[in-house]
Amino acid sequence: MMTLKQSRRLQSVLLGSLSWLIAALIFFPIFWMVLTSFKTELDAFATPPQLFFTPTLENYLHIQERSDYFHFAWNSILISFSATILCLLIAVPAAYSMAFFETKRTKRTLLWMLSTKMLPPVGVLMPIYLLAKTFGLLDSRIALIAIYTLINLPIVVWMIYTYFKDIPPEILEASRLDGATTRQEIFRVLMPICKGGLASTALLSLILCWNEAFWSLNLTSSNAAPLTALIASYSSPEGLFWAKLSAVSTLACAPILIFGWISQKQLVRGLSFGAVK
Amino acid sequence: MANLIIRNLQKGFDGHQIIKGIDLDVRDREFVVFVGPSGCGKSTLLRLIAGLEEVTAGTIELDGRDITQVTPAKRDLAMVFQTYALYPHMTVGKNLSFALDLAGVAKDEVKRKVDEAARILELGPLLERKPKQLSGGQRQRVAIGRAIVRNPKIFLFDEPLSNLDAALRVQTRLELSRLHKELQATMIYVTHDQVEAMTLADKVVVLNGGKVEQVGSPLELYHHPANLFVAGFLGTPKMGFLKGKVSRVETGGCEITLDAGTTISLPFTNAQQRLGDSVTLGIRPEHLELAKPGDCQLQVIADVSERLGSDTFCHVKTRSGEALTLRIRGDMASQYGETLDLHLDSHHCHLFDAQGLVITKALQAAA
Repeated sequence: MMTLKQSRRLQSVLLGSLSWLIAALIFFPIFWMVLTSFKTELDAFATPPQLFFTPTLENYLHIQERSDYFHFAWNSILISFSATILCLLIAVPAAYSMAFFETKRTKRTLLWMLSTKMLPPVGVLMPIYLLAKTFGLLDSRIALIAIYTLINLPIVVWMIYTYFKDIPPEILEASRLDGATTRQEIFRVLMPICKGGLASTALLSLILCWNEAFWSLNLTSSNAAPLTALIASYSSPEGLFWAKLSAVSTLACAPILIFGWISQKQLVRGLSFGAVK
Repeated sequence: MANLIIRNLQKGFDGHQIIKGIDLDVRDREFVVFVGPSGCGKSTLLRLIAGLEEVTAGTIELDGRDITQVTPAKRDLAMVFQTYALYPHMTVGKNLSFALDLAGVAKDEVKRKVDEAARILELGPLLERKPKQLSGGQRQRVAIGRAIVRNPKIFLFDEPLSNLDAALRVQTRLELSRLHKELQATMIYVTHDQVEAMTLADKVVVLNGGKVEQVGSPLELYHHPANLFVAGFLGTPKMGFLKGKVSRVETGGCEITLDAGTTISLPFTNAQQRLGDSVTLGIRPEHLELAKPGDCQLQVIADVSERLGSDTFCHVKTRSGEALTLRIRGDMASQYGETLDLHLDSHHCHLFDAQGLVITKALQAAA
C-alpha cells in the first residue's frame, strides 16, 4: 500500500514529466530551426536528419549580404510599437467608459467588437488593398500601423476592460470626491493600479504585431517590409534553402523571443491577474 | 458652517423610483444618521448628496448654494466608503495627501495637514505602508484620515463599520463619536445597524421604501415612534405588537379588546377613534413584566429565552399566535412551554391605527 505522501509524490512526478514532455514538443520546432540555421545547406537536407554537425555562420553572413536585416528589423520595431501605443491610446478610454459607465448595450458592443476578429482577413483584402493604393499607402509603414492597430483593437479593449472591471468603482468615486478630473482619474489612479494588466496587454499586442504576416506580405514590398516579409522572401521559386530560411527565421523571431523572455513574469502575472485575485 | 437643505429629492433608475421625494435639513455640526432596512434608499440618498448619482428631481443646497448639478469634486464634501476605497498603489501618506496634491496645495502645508490627521488617528507609524499591509481597522482609519485632511464641510460615511469585526466595530464607533466632538464637524452617516444609529446620532432619519418615515433624536424616535415601521425597526429586541379593536371610548382613555383575548384600558384619546376600529398595540420588552397574583392582563406561552447575564429576554407567544418579548432579571428564566401571566405597563404602550400611524396619548397631545 502506498502512503498518502508517496502517492502525492508519484502524482507530482507524473505531472511534472507530462509538462516537460508537452513543453519539449512545443519547443522542438524552434530548437530544430535554430539548429538548422547553423548547418550548411547540404547538412540541412541530409537524411536521416543530423543532430551533430560542424556549425557554420555562413547562412547569417549570406543574409546580411543579400538583404539588410536591420532595415527590416527597424520596420518591425517601429510598426509594432507604434501600433501598440496607438491601440492602447484608443483602448484605454474605450475600456474605461465600458467598465465604469456600463449601459444596456455595453456587453453587446464588446461581443460585436470581438466578432470582427472572426472575419477571415483575406475577405477584406481587396477593399483594403484598393484603399491603400488609392491613398498612396502601398509599401508604407503608416498603412501597416493603421491596420495592426485596428485588428488588435478588439482583443486589447476586451483585455483592458476585464482588468478595469476588477477595480472596485468606489476607488474611482473616491478620487472624484478628492477632486480628480477624468484625466487624473485615469492616469493617476486607474492606470497605475492596472499597470500589470496594461503591460501584459501591450506585450501581447506587440507580439501579435511582430508576428503578423498576411497584411505585411500583401501590402509591402521593400520600403516598409517588416521581418515577416523578409522570411517570406527566402522561399524563392529557385528552390527552398532550408538552412538560410532557418537562419532568417531565427533572426526574425529572436528579438521578440528575448523580449518576451525578459518580461515573462509580467506577462504571466498580467494574464492571471483576474483569476487568482 | 455647513447647512444642508434637501427639498423634494427624487431618484429613479430605469423608471423605477428609488428615492421618492425627500425633504431634509442637516444643521451645522450635527451628526445625522440615515437608517433603514436594505434597499430603503439610504445609500442612494448619500450618493446623491455626494454627487456620485444624478438627481432625477429636487434640489440640494449647501450653505445657500445650489449644488444639485455640481460635480462631486466641487461640493466640498468627503466620503468614507464601506469598502474603504483606498488607492492600493499609493502609500498611506500618499492616500492622505492625494486630494491636497490635486488641489495644488503647497508641500509644507500638505505635510502639516497629513501629520495632523495621522496624529488624530494614530497613523504616524503607518504612513509609508501600502493599504494591503494594513488590517481592516487601520484601513478604516486611513479612509477617515483621507476625509479629515480635506477639512470638508460635511463628512459622509457609507456603512463604514460593516466590514469590521464586532469588537473593532464598537471601538471604532466610539472613536467616530469622539472625532465628531473633537473636529466639531457635520457628519452624515448611513447604516442598517440601529445600534450605531442610536449611539452616534444627534438626529436619526429612518428611511423605508425611498421615503422618510421619521426624523428626530434617537430617544425621541425610541419613545415616540410615529408609525408601526419606526416602532418595529428601532429597539433590540423588537417592540411586540398585538392586534385588537377599540371596544370603548371615554374621556381620558379607551379600552382595547385584543385578539389575544383580553381587554386593556389605555390612557389614549383621539377624537377620530371609534368603537370597533382596528388598532395595533405596541409594547417594548422592558415595559412587559410578570404579573403579580391577581394582576394578570395577558396570558402567554413561553418560547425560548435568551440569558445575557444582566437581563433575560423571554420570547413568548399569545394565544392568538402573536410574538412578544419581555425583559426580566438576569437571574430568572422561563421554562419552554410554560404559561406566564403578564402585566402591561399601560403608560408605555403605543397604539397605532389601521394605517399604522401612531395614535397620540391624551397627555402628550395636551402638552
